[in-house]
Amino acid sequence: MDQALFEFCLRMGDNTLVLGHRVSEWCGHAPVLEEDIALANTALDLIGQTQLWLGLAGEVEGAGRDADALAFRRDAWDFRSVLLVEQPNGDFGQTILRQYLFDQYQALMLAELVASSDARVSAIAQKAAKEVAYHLDRSRDTVVGLGDGTDESHTRMQAALDRLYPFVGELFGEDDLDREVAARGIAPLPASLRAAYDAALAATMDEATLALPDSRWSQSGGRDGTRHSEHLGHLLTEMQWLQRAYPDARW
Amino acid sequence: MSKEWPLWEIFIRGQHGMSHRHVGSLHAPDAEMAIRNARDVYTRRNEGVSIWVVKAADIAASSPSDKGPLYEPSESKVYRHPTFFDIPDDVGAM
Amino acid sequence: MYAQMVKSTGQGVKPREDMSPEERHFQDRVDANEKIEPKDWMPDGYRKTLIRQIAQHAHSEVVGQLPEGNWITRAPTLERKAILLAKVQDEAGHGLYLYCAAETLGISRDELTEKLLDGSMKYSSIFNYPTLTWADIGAVGWLVDGAAIMNQVPLQRTSYGPYSRAMIRICKEESFHQRQGFDIMMKMAQGTEAQRRMAQDALNRFWYPSLMMFGPSDKDSVHSAQSMAWKIKINTNDELRQKFVDQTVPQAHYLGLTVPDDDLRFNDETGHWDFSEPDWSEFYEVLKGNGPCNEERMAARRKAWDDGAWVREGLMAHAGKRSHRTAAE
Repeated sequence: MDQALFEFCLRMGDNTLVLGHRVSEWCGHAPVLEEDIALANTALDLIGQTQLWLGLAGEVEGAGRDADALAFRRDAWDFRSVLLVEQPNGDFGQTILRQYLFDQYQALMLAELVASSDARVSAIAQKAAKEVAYHLDRSRDTVVGLGDGTDESHTRMQAALDRLYPFVGELFGEDDLDREVAARGIAPLPASLRAAYDAALAATMDEATLALPDSRWSQSGGRDGTRHSEHLGHLLTEMQWLQRAYPDARW
Repeated sequence: MSKEWPLWEIFIRGQHGMSHRHVGSLHAPDAEMAIRNARDVYTRRNEGVSIWVVKAADIAASSPSDKGPLYEPSESKVYRHPTFFDIPDDVGAM
Repeated sequence: MYAQMVKSTGQGVKPREDMSPEERHFQDRVDANEKIEPKDWMPDGYRKTLIRQIAQHAHSEVVGQLPEGNWITRAPTLERKAILLAKVQDEAGHGLYLYCAAETLGISRDELTEKLLDGSMKYSSIFNYPTLTWADIGAVGWLVDGAAIMNQVPLQRTSYGPYSRAMIRICKEESFHQRQGFDIMMKMAQGTEAQRRMAQDALNRFWYPSLMMFGPSDKDSVHSAQSMAWKIKINTNDELRQKFVDQTVPQAHYLGLTVPDDDLRFNDETGHWDFSEPDWSEFYEVLKGNGPCNEERMAARRKAWDDGAWVREGLMAHAGKRSHRTAAE
């Protein structure tokens, strides 16, 4: 089994799975109907991407597990999602900022993956890149609008940024797995995306009149599965309930 | 009520080269968000469509009392309607 | 139905000889199946009744997101999760279309929302029932959407143009909703013993509330008579309920499930199923706010509205600043 490619697909698919789940929690509770519909579209795209990434992971593994088996029958320590996407929704500002911080990274990553040496990875990236370009447009403009809105919206967005920025660094982590998939031309080294990310982030925050925290200290432990947040376990408890309670049922 | 997002009328041209057609309305704080919301609400984000948004308050409409003078002249020009022309069946679809 | 017991003028149908010339002209247009458009003259009662009816329908779509949204994070497969999310998203879209239709009558969405939240406007009784198992999501699609479609299809021909156009769009998008519900029920009914029990339990709990959706018999209602004359109501509640039962009972049999009604029998003379009426006292209690989930539903909508205020205001303020800056350039 190609362990490196398998784990890489999990990292991609678990991020979209967990973030898609979080965004879907908004359904019926958004600030305005138009936003309910937009959030649902984002969640739908993310769930669709999850089916592709985890589907490919299962195929690479070759052990008969499909995307659903991987999503609903693994425990937290086998997940490879970054801590950023595991964070609870908080208020709408925190949700849309989390979305922006992720979209900005994901757009850069997918742009590189289009040229992946693995044709299957490239095909998924081509489809997902279009969707994420739209997510990014939307999350970026909303962050700018709320940062540069009223005093209250500005204060809330600054609080969201202070709360979430410590989870940004993990996106650019590097381990043996990253080095192997990079050497094989499957995916770029995440660290190689950092400069472009920082430039885009600085421009957006400037327009949003928000100040990036000085400290670059970063939490980590999600993407390599060594230390997930406590939130992930609760999320999985809810998400996996039916499959766990009725293991012999088909849905 | 001044805080309420204004209402926008949405016009969409699909992929078939037809004119923009009114599809409905929605609320948005500005034109850009209105276009984005229109993609989410009315096209479920189909690529390749063109969207126009117009603030509902900016639309000037004929009033119903004009209905006679505005529309009756064209009603006498029945040749403008395709069914005016009797095409023999063996010519085929036209 | 999504609009239940909508009050009209309460006067019954106005006799033609009591009508003003404008009213007579209006009624002639309705009788000739012409569409009434926003700027056309219309009787005050027509406008008010329509606002109440369309808004109640819109509120129902919006509150209706909640019982199904309750299961999105627990859907058993990725595909089921995506389908359910798409369906609930459609409901938000349908609420949006309907609010827009109501707005053409001279009332804003925010005003309508406030009327929902202060309790002066209602939404369908059905959404005050809980969704307890995954089979309930099947039952809601199969029964609740099935009942709603009974009413919505004829409403495509309603006399008010914007309402009719909204209903056409809604019916087109909604065609998959009932099927996805039935599809879930089939999987459950043909599944394990536990799944079959869940499916039967869901039918037991949703059968009578679904029958209540059509509202009490209105064959003698003065409100309904006027609404039917104006073509904003097309069929009586009893007609639609009978049609629903006739359609649904064979489907339940196909699933191998038992409709919870000992008196259910096919009547050879009428060609229809005879069935027991739901408990109407329960219906009135639910409408009054005493259903199993009224509190939770309203609390959730109030919270969404209140928590969202800073977002709506923030984005509006930003739009104002931007147009100000553009103007200054």
